[in-house]
Amino acid sequence: MIKLMKGNEALAEAAIRVGADAYFGYPITPQSEVLEYLAREAEQKTGMVVLQAESEVAAINMVYGAAGTGKKVWTSSSSPGVSLMQEGISYIASAELPCLIVNVQRGGPGLGTIQPAQSDYFQSVKGGGHGDYRMIVLAPATVQEMSDFVKLSFELAFKYRNPVMMLTDGALGQMMEKVEFFEQQERETLDLDWTTVGKPPTRSHNFITSLHIKPDKMEEVNIHLQKKYKLIEENEIRYEEIMCEDADYIITAFGLVARICTKAAELAREKGIKVGVFRPISLFPFPYEQIKSHTGKIKGILDVEMNAGQMIEDVKLSVEGKVPVEFHGRMGGIVPTPDEILEALEKYIAGGKL
Amino acid sequence: MAKAKGNIIIDIEKCKGCEICMDACPEDVIAMSKEVNNKGYLYAVKIEDSCTGCTNCALVCPDAVITVYREVKKKKEQVAKITNVTGNITVTVDK
Amino acid sequence: MSVESLEKIDTKVFERPTTLIDTEMHYCPGCGHGVAHRLIAEVIDELGIVEDTIGVAPVGCSVFAYNYIGVDFSQAAHGRASAVATGIKRVLPEKYVFSYQGDGDLAAIGTGETIHTCNRGENVLIIFINNGIYGMTGGQMAPTTLPSMKSTTSPFGRDTKSMGFPLKITELVAQLPGTYYVTRQSVHKPLNVRRAKKAIQKGFEYQKLNKGTCFIEIVSNCNSGWKMSPVESNKWMDEHMLAYYPLGDIKLPNDTEA
Repeated sequence: MIKLMKGNEALAEAAIRVGADAYFGYPITPQSEVLEYLAREAEQKTGMVVLQAESEVAAINMVYGAAGTGKKVWTSSSSPGVSLMQEGISYIASAELPCLIVNVQRGGPGLGTIQPAQSDYFQSVKGGGHGDYRMIVLAPATVQEMSDFVKLSFELAFKYRNPVMMLTDGALGQMMEKVEFFEQQERETLDLDWTTVGKPPTRSHNFITSLHIKPDKMEEVNIHLQKKYKLIEENEIRYEEIMCEDADYIITAFGLVARICTKAAELAREKGIKVGVFRPISLFPFPYEQIKSHTGKIKGILDVEMNAGQMIEDVKLSVEGKVPVEFHGRMGGIVPTPDEILEALEKYIAGGKL
Repeated sequence: MAKAKGNIIIDIEKCKGCEICMDACPEDVIAMSKEVNNKGYLYAVKIEDSCTGCTNCALVCPDAVITVYREVKKKKEQVAKITNVTGNITVTVDK
Repeated sequence: MSVESLEKIDTKVFERPTTLIDTEMHYCPGCGHGVAHRLIAEVIDELGIVEDTIGVAPVGCSVFAYNYIGVDFSQAAHGRASAVATGIKRVLPEKYVFSYQGDGDLAAIGTGETIHTCNRGENVLIIFINNGIYGMTGGQMAPTTLPSMKSTTSPFGRDTKSMGFPLKITELVAQLPGTYYVTRQSVHKPLNVRRAKKAIQKGFEYQKLNKGTCFIEIVSNCNSGWKMSPVESNKWMDEHMLAYYPLGDIKLPNDTEA
C-alpha cells in the first residue's frame, strides 16, 4: 500500500502495523502528529495502548514499566522533551529493556525553535543520560525510512534487549512523501524469561532494576553491557554510499541533510568535481571502518550537519588524520541548500583546506 | 474465663532487638537477651510462660521473626492435628 | 521447642508469610517498612495472587523491596513509581499492580506522577510510607517533615516560613475523582497493624473492580533519622505525627459512588 504521508504519521502508522502494544507520549512540536494519529487510529485498529502522559518524564517511565513486561513499547518526542527523558533512558539502558524512542529534533539549546535541527547527535550517540550506556541510534533520511525503521528498531531492540533511538528531525516529521507500508502484523506475546508479568510457580520472582550497590556487581553489569555494545558494533552497522566509487571528495551527512548533500554532489559533478556522499544510517554503531576505507582514494571530506559540528568528531576519528575533514553547518532550524553546500566545498578546495 | 495458652518461637538470628515486641506484649512474656546474636544484636527471648498466643508481638515485629502458637479448644467429636515446627511430624488424634 | 509442648499448644496462629522472602531485611531495627512489607506479603498470600501481582519499588530505603516481597517487581527511578505502575497496568490490565513509595519519592520528586496517576484513576494500588524524613540519604528534611521537626537539612527545626508546610498529599489525592479508596493507617501497634492489613487487602481487592486508584498512606517511624530508640520513635510518632496526620479512612468507595 502506497500512501502520501507526513513523516510523523508514517511513524505512527508503522508502529500500528508492526503490532506495537503501547505508546506513551506528551505533545511537543514538531512531532505532535504522532500522538494525534495514534489517538485517532491505533486503538481501534490493533488495541494498542495510547496514553498521553503528564510529562515526558512520566512518559519514559511508563515505557520503562511497560517494556519490562516484554511488550512492544515506544514513545516519541522532540529535543527538549527528549532531554527530560534522559534519566529514564539511562535506567532503561541499564535494566536492558527493549523499546523505541523517536526524537523528531528541533533547534536548541533551551526551548530553542520548532524548526528542524540535528543538534541532539551528541545526546543520542554519546549518551545524554548518566553512566556508560549506548542506545542503538538510527537516522532515517526519507519518510519511507521513518516507516521501515520502526520495524527495524523493534527487531534490534528485542534482539539486543536495548533501547533504540530513531533520530530524525522536524523537517522529515512534517514533510509529505510517498511511503509504501509493510503488511499489518499481529500483536504478539513473546515468550521471554526476564519479564515482570506475574510470577508463575515454575520460576522465582523476576525483578527489573538498575541498582547494584556492590561495586564488583556494578562493574560486572557494566562489562556485560560493554560486551553487548561491542556485539552491536560488530553486527549492526548500517550506511549508504552514493557516488563514492570514483569520488575525489566525500560529503558525510546523516538524515535529511544527506539528501541535500546528494543534490550538492550532483551539482558538483556537473562542474567536474567528483563528489560522493557517505550517509551513516546507524549513528551508534558508527561506520568508522567504512569511512576509513575511503581515505586512500579521496582528497578530503566535507561534513555537513544541521548543528555546530557534532558527527564530525566521529568522522575525524574514522579517518585517523589521513585526510582533511572540514565542516559546513547551519543552526537554529535553518536547513542548508545544495548551492551553499557546494559553495562551501569549493571554498575549502580553493583555500587548500581540502 | 481462663486465659488461653500460647507460645512463641523467635528466630533469634533474624531478630534486631528493636524491643517493639516487648512493648507490645500485654503479658510481659518477652525480654531482651543478655548475649548478642551473630549480627551483634541483643535479641528477644521468651521469659514467662504466661503467653496467651495473642500475636501482638508478631504483628508489630518488623522482621517477621516470631511464630505464634495457641491452644485451641476443640469440641469432642473434632479431630486435632498436631504438627511440629518444621512440619515433618503430623499426628492426628481423637480428643 | 519440644514436640511434647507443641502437642498442647498446637495451632500455629501466626507465621511469616510465604511471599515474604526468607532473608534478613536491611532496614534499621524497629523500622515500620518491615511490617508494611509483611502485610503486603500476607495479603498477597491470602488472596492467592502471587502469580498475578507486580510490584514497583521506589528509590529510598525501600528500594530493595524486590528482595523481600517475592512477586515480580520493577524498580523505578526516584519519584516515578506510579508512572512505572501505570505503564505495567496499562499493558497488563488483568494483573494486580502496586507501587510502594516513601514520602520523598511520592510527595516531593514524584508529586506530579502521583497526582496524575490518581487523577487518571489508574487501577493500581499506591502504598505510601510516610515517616517524615529522608531515611536512606541520612535524615534530611522531607515534604512531610513536621513544623519545627529537626532533620539534617533543617537542623534548627522546620521553619515553615522558609521551608513550607508538611504536605498532606493523601488528603490532596482524595479530592481527585480518579481515586476510589484513600486511607491513612499506621503499623506501630497491634490494632493498627490489623487495620492496615485490612486496608491493604481492600486496596488489592478493589483493583478487580476497575474503579480507580487506591491510595494507602502508612504513617511510620524512622528511629535512625529521628535519632530515637525504636520504641521511643513509635511513641513520638503517636504523639506528634498522628496529630498532624490523623489515622482513618479519607475516602471510601461509597463516597465515590454517592
